[in-house]
Amino acid sequence: MILDVDKCMHCGACVGSCPFNAIFLREIILEFNDSCTRCGRCVKVCPVGAITMEDDS
Amino acid sequence: MRTYECDVVVVGAGPGGSVCAQYAAEGGCDVIMIEKRQEIGSPLRCGEGISKAWLDEIGLTPDPRWISADMDGAIIVSPGGHRFKLDESMAGNEVGYVVERHLFDKELAARAARAGAKIMMKTSATSLIMKGGEIAGIKGISFGEDIEIRAKCVVAADGYESQVARWAGIETKLKPSDIDTCLQYRMTNIEIEPTYCEFILGSAAPGGYLWIFPKGRDTANVGLGIILSEIQKPGDVKRYLDEYIASDPRLSKGQVLEVMSGAVSVSPPIDKTVMNNLIVVGDAARVIDAMTGGGICHACRMGKYAGEVLSKCLSTGDFSKEALMEYDVRWRDQFEDKLYRNWMAKEKFRSVSDKVLDDIVLAISEANVENVNVYSLLKVIKDKYPELVAEFEDMI
Repeated sequence: MILDVDKCMHCGACVGSCPFNAIFLREIILEFNDSCTRCGRCVKVCPVGAITMEDDS
Repeated sequence: MRTYECDVVVVGAGPGGSVCAQYAAEGGCDVIMIEKRQEIGSPLRCGEGISKAWLDEIGLTPDPRWISADMDGAIIVSPGGHRFKLDESMAGNEVGYVVERHLFDKELAARAARAGAKIMMKTSATSLIMKGGEIAGIKGISFGEDIEIRAKCVVAADGYESQVARWAGIETKLKPSDIDTCLQYRMTNIEIEPTYCEFILGSAAPGGYLWIFPKGRDTANVGLGIILSEIQKPGDVKRYLDEYIASDPRLSKGQVLEVMSGAVSVSPPIDKTVMNNLIVVGDAARVIDAMTGGGICHACRMGKYAGEVLSKCLSTGDFSKEALMEYDVRWRDQFEDKLYRNWMAKEKFRSVSDKVLDDIVLAISEANVENVNVYSLLKVIKDKYPELVAEFEDMI
């Protein structure tokens, strides 16, 4: 997953919404871990569109 | 590595955590409350509307320092623009004050401090300490330094993110239809009714609603929540909010002073809120009212019950699941039925058309309901649209 740090408001919307516990917010730093299955939920839940999926190619 | 010892470590200094820390400390517990942010109550992730009825229960006297505006009532706006105005005498259970969360939350934390709780800022919990298969505190990072806080009980008050309960094996996962993703602007230079909270229903905010909560004569929190399952493209929430603002001549000349984002659960509460040496309070336990999106009242009351039960546990030295269960039973007794009923109502209403919503708002405004709350509104809807509430009519 790619995080646009210029857009991220560190609100934690993606953290609580992640079904795999793959995102962690340490103060204002967002971390993705290996449990990520690229389900894309965080991409949609982010209120400001700060998360995108890497290109599959 | 620096280590700390205490009876109770509270993770998160929101309303639930602070009230719990206060009551536990008053009951004799040695309490440490940690907060990952650098300021309590900030950044804001809230519309800031609260009702008044429950403040007494946690012994909190309304104080102009944290009240931004005292409401006279609410206005429900149908998708077609029909405005139904409710005075405080009718809507007192649901509206009350628009607060300054950055001051409100600090006041609750200050009450915890006065009771003897220690507060550690800029301190994140990163995992649980396990000893012989049981929870024995938390590991964390405080001002960049690894720390351990050993405790007899951990209070998971970490809000929507709800990580601590998950580390302990409690399921706090949400379905996409049980998540509202939210964006809010603090807008100024707008035309509003400064003592009425406005709720705008329908396709302006699919599955949720748009709110205008006044913060003074020409300033308000203007925000919306949309159900995640209705989101098509990333950033949709902002597009919906910007489109609504552009379409409303009262707002279109306004300017934004602050942008706030977040998500809120609109789900039933989690199945268990205690295990050996662990208690879950507030948003972390998914106790948001799914119809209103309000959760501060539940978090604070749970915090009180948790703090009181922890005090009892301290005197017996027993922080087992069985001993903590009194907390679980007590909060469920108080408001679990309401949370379930409103969740079922949300499940029905999230997909109704603008036309039906228009009819419902009209029916409500013609019904002469004396005391308006979600429950009494559902009763009116039951008369006009029995099929909408058929699955939970025994709860109305």
